[in-house]
Amino acid sequence: MSPPPASGMSVLKRMLWEENPVFVQILGICSALAVTNLVKNTMVMGVGLIFTTALSSFTVSALRSYTPRRVRMMVQILVIAAYVIMVKIFLDAFMPDISKQLGAYVGLIITNCIVMGRAEGFAASNTPGKSFIDGLGAGIGYTMVLLIIACVREPLGLGTFFGFRIEAIEEWTRWNVMVIAPGGFFMLAIFIWVARYVNEEIDRRARAGNNCDHHEPKKK
Amino acid sequence: MEVTDIHPLVILFAAITTDNILLARFLGMCPFLAVSKQVKSSIGLGTAVVFVLTCTSVLNWIVYNSILVPYNLEYLQYIVFIIVIAAFVQIVEMAIERISMSLYMALGIFLPLITVNCAILGGSLFMISRKYTLLQTAGFGFGSGLGWMLAIVAMAGIREKMKKAKVVPQLEGPGIALIIAGIMALAFIGFSGVMKIN
Repeated sequence: MSPPPASGMSVLKRMLWEENPVFVQILGICSALAVTNLVKNTMVMGVGLIFTTALSSFTVSALRSYTPRRVRMMVQILVIAAYVIMVKIFLDAFMPDISKQLGAYVGLIITNCIVMGRAEGFAASNTPGKSFIDGLGAGIGYTMVLLIIACVREPLGLGTFFGFRIEAIEEWTRWNVMVIAPGGFFMLAIFIWVARYVNEEIDRRARAGNNCDHHEPKKK
Repeated sequence: MEVTDIHPLVILFAAITTDNILLARFLGMCPFLAVSKQVKSSIGLGTAVVFVLTCTSVLNWIVYNSILVPYNLEYLQYIVFIIVIAAFVQIVEMAIERISMSLYMALGIFLPLITVNCAILGGSLFMISRKYTLLQTAGFGFGSGLGWMLAIVAMAGIREKMKKAKVVPQLEGPGIALIIAGIMALAFIGFSGVMKIN
């Protein structure tokens, strides 16, 4: 992993794209696949995850000088679990329907590698403020990818968006495969493909721009 | 039909096929993509998962129904489950180290990974939300573990063969693994309709 950059803004930007947890580090894709057949559920899940990563990174970082190294992982898991319980209780109280649909996947935020990864990889050795932003960035980067995938899966699979019918594609034959498990795998693979292609293209443009000014970089 | 009427063996087979914890529920994806490069290591990890998943879901069932429910502490289930899992993994690791060094060498490196494997926690959470009985839970835990192992070993076998194949450079590694997983998931959907457990 690259050395942590100085300012808060660059920490945020790095987590959003350059080290995006989903398509660069391939972390936490269990729930990325499970909830993305409905945009609404994805949104709720994403907000829950942003809340958990940001605050647990903050807490882990604030406690880092009081935590003995040997029980470090255990403390991190307990901090994360505490925040996930808050998310769960909040959902049960205010959005019982969605809470029911998400079911066990809310609890699985605890073992989502992103949350653990940020706590262990960044928060354990940085100040609380910076860790908070780092966790926030990781959460937002993750949610962004999930939303993009959900925005393809729901319309193609169910012909709805955010739960509303789309008039324009009323005649559309539903792709059932998009709603069930394989659709999730395929969409994520395609997303990784496109994202990597774009990244490489940006790199090549930047390099071509430095070397010889007027030539468009050749495509493969 | 009530959930409690389903025979534990039916649940076991359903957990391997139609309700495969990895291919239908997406749990345990991270180690699935990271460790599935060689058949040998994936068998090691798979065995460890079968063992831990079976034992922890039964343990968690007992803890949930005999401690949390009587005291109305259900909302603490996440913390309690994760502690039980972490403690169990730790104890097993120490026990294996004492009993058999060769087994420790084969499984030891995979055990710490397992605490954060979402399939393990997922198994416990699913059996609570589906209100299984103790026997059903044992069947579900064992079946889920076997299903996970089946998927990762099959995947490793395919990836070993895939080494020689040419893949679009951007799809190399996780990308192509996800596509293979998708095709495998399609194949497992062929089982659906044979039995239903939730």
